[in-house]
Amino acid sequence: MAVADLTTERRLSIPTGIPTGVLLAITGYFAGVWLGNEFGLFDDQNTGIILGYVFATAGFLIGMGFLNHPLGRLLGWRLDPLGEADIEVGLGRYFRLSLDHKVIGIQYLVTILTMLFFGGVGAMVIRTSLLSPTPTIVPAGNYLSVVGLHSVMMIFITSAAIVGPFGNYLVPLMIGSRRMAFPRLEALSFWLVPPAAVILGAATFWGGFPTGWTGYAPLSEQAGQGMDSYIVGFILIGLALITSGVNMLATIIALRAPGLTWARLPIFVWGILCTSILGLLAAPVLAAALVMLALDRSAQTSFFLASNGGSNYLWENLFWFFGHPEVYIFILPAFGIVMELAAHFARRPLFGYRVGVVGLFGVTLLSWFVWQHHLFVSGIAPVLRPFYMLSTELISVPTGFIFLVVLGTLWRSRVWLTVPMLFCLGFLFNFLIGGITGVYLSDVPTDVTLHGSYFSMAHFHYTIMGGEIFAFAAAIYYWFPRMTGKMLNQTLGRIHFWWMFIAFNSTFFPLLIAGLLDMPRRVSAYNPGLQFLNQWVTFSAYLLFSSMILFAANIIYSWFIQPVPAVANPWRARSLEWQIPTPVPARNFERVPLILAGPYDYGLPNAKPVADLRGLVGATGGS
Amino acid sequence: MTALAIPVFTGVVVLVLYSAIFFRRRAGEPLYDGPPVYGGARLQLTWIVVSFVLVLVLALLGITTLVSSQAAQAVGASGRAIGSGSETGSPIKETNNELQVQVIAQQWYFTYRFPDYGGVETTHLELPVGVPVEFHVTSLDIIHSWWAYELGVKADANPGVDNQFHATPQRTGSFTVRCAELCGIWHGEMADTEGRVVSGSDFNSWIKQQQATFAEIGKSLPSYAPSYFPEPLTKGT
Repeated sequence: MAVADLTTERRLSIPTGIPTGVLLAITGYFAGVWLGNEFGLFDDQNTGIILGYVFATAGFLIGMGFLNHPLGRLLGWRLDPLGEADIEVGLGRYFRLSLDHKVIGIQYLVTILTMLFFGGVGAMVIRTSLLSPTPTIVPAGNYLSVVGLHSVMMIFITSAAIVGPFGNYLVPLMIGSRRMAFPRLEALSFWLVPPAAVILGAATFWGGFPTGWTGYAPLSEQAGQGMDSYIVGFILIGLALITSGVNMLATIIALRAPGLTWARLPIFVWGILCTSILGLLAAPVLAAALVMLALDRSAQTSFFLASNGGSNYLWENLFWFFGHPEVYIFILPAFGIVMELAAHFARRPLFGYRVGVVGLFGVTLLSWFVWQHHLFVSGIAPVLRPFYMLSTELISVPTGFIFLVVLGTLWRSRVWLTVPMLFCLGFLFNFLIGGITGVYLSDVPTDVTLHGSYFSMAHFHYTIMGGEIFAFAAAIYYWFPRMTGKMLNQTLGRIHFWWMFIAFNSTFFPLLIAGLLDMPRRVSAYNPGLQFLNQWVTFSAYLLFSSMILFAANIIYSWFIQPVPAVANPWRARSLEWQIPTPVPARNFERVPLILAGPYDYGLPNAKPVADLRGLVGATGGS
Repeated sequence: MTALAIPVFTGVVVLVLYSAIFFRRRAGEPLYDGPPVYGGARLQLTWIVVSFVLVLVLALLGITTLVSSQAAQAVGASGRAIGSGSETGSPIKETNNELQVQVIAQQWYFTYRFPDYGGVETTHLELPVGVPVEFHVTSLDIIHSWWAYELGVKADANPGVDNQFHATPQRTGSFTVRCAELCGIWHGEMADTEGRVVSGSDFNSWIKQQQATFAEIGKSLPSYAPSYFPEPLTKGT
């Protein structure tokens, strides 16, 4: 009987949640600072601050309840396996540790949008400062802090902008699963993001950090205590990439519904799969480099200090070995979205589906062989430059496959020009410019002039903002009815598209020219001859920011103020995620669906429905 | 390269716009499905082959430019070229006939040393026209990048590294030097508009004048070396 008592269901009596998490985070921070200052080697506080951030994060996660389950298992308590008990209702679930992938998707979406606002405000401060060719509006030191905060905040966002909200929400729905493979890892990958953002923001209390997102040592070793925020925040984002990567891979490989062969997998899921491979393999390199940097700054090792036998090339190589796959982490899911939407709105099968998949994998593979194109003028290994030039330019071949698929799909179809489709077309235009300018940067003779200038800055804004963020907007307009049960206002959406598209190009195209006219990146003072160009860009950037405000207003208006309930399948799309009722039932599918056909079989006179939702006879349960 | 980029860009944009305009579903038209074509082997193959060939041509062009500029600039020198190449620790070769110029970067200015002229260190740079120059770029603190836009050269200045490249100024005139790698708060101010390319005789008189001006200070300089190791970095600055 005693055994039975031990195994009865027990719950911790300490309430877990955000208040407990914040309390433990504050406690953890001060404990870490005390410990670091007590035992740290030097009185520069770096040890204390780094430990403070680490302990604060651990405290926050414990307070959120991440240890309840493992501790309970350790103590032999009977804990519910994932099941009915984990299904929560009400607004409160969005503020708790939830294991429901749909809740996590919404949590991600709101968090990303909030962070995007702060990152955008940073961009506006930068542009305002550049109204004047000397740092009179924003002091030079503050200017550099804002550059650092804007860039790293945006990198945090864009690492997760598509995989976070749409990957988590839609992948299980698209593959006919009730959940992700590791729901606790999934929750962890989300709950690492808010601490990372807060820690990054905490840099402002220490005067920020002067290195931009690249954190080049030894500048980052010389920097003040704000740099510690960069280190710990970025490690947390790295952990989020790793946990989310392994989880997505396991889910897509293991939890596909019966009948969902690889050839029937939606192309968006292929995009998530490839990006997960990159995240899983690239982020550990970043984490290792950041730990070295943390040791250099706290324990006075000298991995990156030439004066004590280290080398700044070590940082540059480790960082870009992560950094270049990282930029494909941004763009691969965007490729997935654009191809997915092209098929649904052209209402015909994806043209060259296999070519599209090969394109995604080609980019994934090649992205590991190009990182030294960031170091063409650094003086390292000049003999290898032709190789990196070739490997970098080769990436345009699989990238071209994506364009082939989309153009082939649109050709001679009946394109339904909805708001999401407009954003996809905008993506094609912007990414084309981003890609072509990338070829100029990959070419050593031209890169010698363009490297480190506004040209490269405008290039990557064309790919990331013009590419990924346009696809992100397309995804929001397309899947918002799926995720919230409400339609976004389509008229506002059209205004938003044109406004954003024009303002975006009016902002970044002149910056390509500024780069050609010898304006270096990240400067608070520039050649007065370029003042008109910079003022033009600044006013365009204000317009761009206001278009994002319109976007936010549309989301708030259509979600909360004047919600229009969406019909179950507003786009009349074939794919599986639209075949279930709105709102999505708590367990997604009553039974494991049986997949009968591909998601893009439009126009076939005798096409089967994509899935039999009654499932296999006898196949019940199983998650 | 632009000759290739413009047709590719125009082609894709025209295709996208044509599809979006002429194949769009017009207002009020019922939603119906497009033709169920899953792909076209011939078109796909053509696209793949053409894009592959284009890329190879581009890469070959780039590599030939790189190699030929190397050949042109490396005459009589140790064989490195545009941009950069490091020969850490290797002694400066006495045998070549290029003008040796060492670029020393530190927060937040560049100085120049001339080993051929007794290691004099100057605060601006003047170069004789038509004379091949071997640059040695190094840094005393963090990474900078020496960018002389009008000369078409850029090379990172790394602490402890001798980053070499060659250039031959073709015309007299002035050039601007900027730092192209983020190096702290005055990165944007790390620029010098007073670079000059002058005739050989003007250069000789300039360097003599510099030697006279900096003679006193020169005595306290360390002797010329491929790179210098100053005191370890201090934090919190």
